[in-house]
Amino acid sequence: MTVIRLVAAALLLLPTAAIAAEGMPQLDFANKLTTAQVVWGAIIFVVLYLLLSRWALPQVGAVLATREATISADLDTARAAKAKADAAIVDLTDATQRARAEAQASIANAIDQAKQAAAAQSATANAKLEAQITAAEQSIGAARTAAMGALREVATDTANTVINRLTGLTPNSARVDSAVGALLAARGQT
Amino acid sequence: MAAEHTIDALGQFKLTPALGALGASVNFTQSNLMMLIASGLTLALLYFGARPRAIVPGRLQAAAEMAYNFIHDMCVSQIGEEGKRFFPFVFTLFFFVLMGNLLGLLPYSFTYTSHIAVTAALAIMVIVLVTLVAVLTHGTTFFTTYFFPPGAPKLLAPIIIPVEIISYLSRPVSLSIRLFANMVAGHVMFEVFASFTVMLAGSAALGHLGPVIAIGPVALNVILVGFELLVACLQAYVFAILTCIYLHDAVHLH
Repeated sequence: MTVIRLVAAALLLLPTAAIAAEGMPQLDFANKLTTAQVVWGAIIFVVLYLLLSRWALPQVGAVLATREATISADLDTARAAKAKADAAIVDLTDATQRARAEAQASIANAIDQAKQAAAAQSATANAKLEAQITAAEQSIGAARTAAMGALREVATDTANTVINRLTGLTPNSARVDSAVGALLAARGQT
Repeated sequence: MAAEHTIDALGQFKLTPALGALGASVNFTQSNLMMLIASGLTLALLYFGARPRAIVPGRLQAAAEMAYNFIHDMCVSQIGEEGKRFFPFVFTLFFFVLMGNLLGLLPYSFTYTSHIAVTAALAIMVIVLVTLVAVLTHGTTFFTTYFFPPGAPKLLAPIIIPVEIISYLSRPVSLSIRLFANMVAGHVMFEVFASFTVMLAGSAALGHLGPVIAIGPVALNVILVGFELLVACLQAYVFAILTCIYLHDAVHLH
């Protein structure tokens, strides 16, 4: 309770204290210091303005301008480097593609040549085989013709021998021959 | 009880001559001494901040650049591209007020922005400059178009013109009283709570309990210091940005 009373007393005292202390010193315009401070303040303000605008602020402005210039120059350099790198990448891609195309072309070429060589080889081999087959067929044909020629003789002889053994007679060779010839003709073999 | 210590909340605003006999002979007050210190600190911040000229700034250089860019951006965004012309002026004004407010929070110092004479002088300077800029930019058309906007009904002229004139003339009043009152209120509160501490601690009625309770006002004052730091920066900002807005009006006519 004492505290509250104390605080209340102090708060009540405040305005009285303000009035008691010869009013606000700020409103005491009879005091020549009040106006003198404004005159001095104006002088200080003008000097501060001149020093700031002519000397201090341009320095900071120069630092900021230098930074801006440096950063933009660095950015330009970086952009140029990037452009160069991009060009190099394009060159590299081109070269790779060209090399790949060349390699593929030479591979295709080699395959083509190998195919042609193989085809030529097989053609000669085929021709040789063909010739051999033809020769073999011809010799077979000759052998067959010879065998067929002999067939009549063999058949006639066999017929004569068989007749001779069975009958003990010497067959008429002209008849046997014609009979064999007729039979061979009937089977389509001459 | 309370009679042991009277609260003299306004004594702190009393002007006294500074710099010895020489200062007294030219009426140089402690208020002007604080102005000199504030100006010196502002110049030192920029000079020592800009001196390293580093591409990657150190702490002080960053602070100087931040101060520069803050006011520069404020001028350009509020006034427009023409605002660059007024940048040194707004910078001077902002730092004159800011340093005055902040230095005033130091013990044994003096807050020159708590004097209505100083804030009124600043506000009158602003309004004279704004009017000069407006007249130099637009000639006499400023008076006809600013105080009576074209297109407004002629019948309303007897109302609009006095209202516009009063609002124009009230600018320096509100500008100066806002800063003055904020500073005075803060410092009076400090004094009052500090006096409570002294009164409570020395109170015979409370005995040993007094010093314990006296911690309350001290704690309150600690919180108040933080609040006053905010007010100091905010009032400087308000003063500068209102100046920018008035300059915008002068350059662009509304």
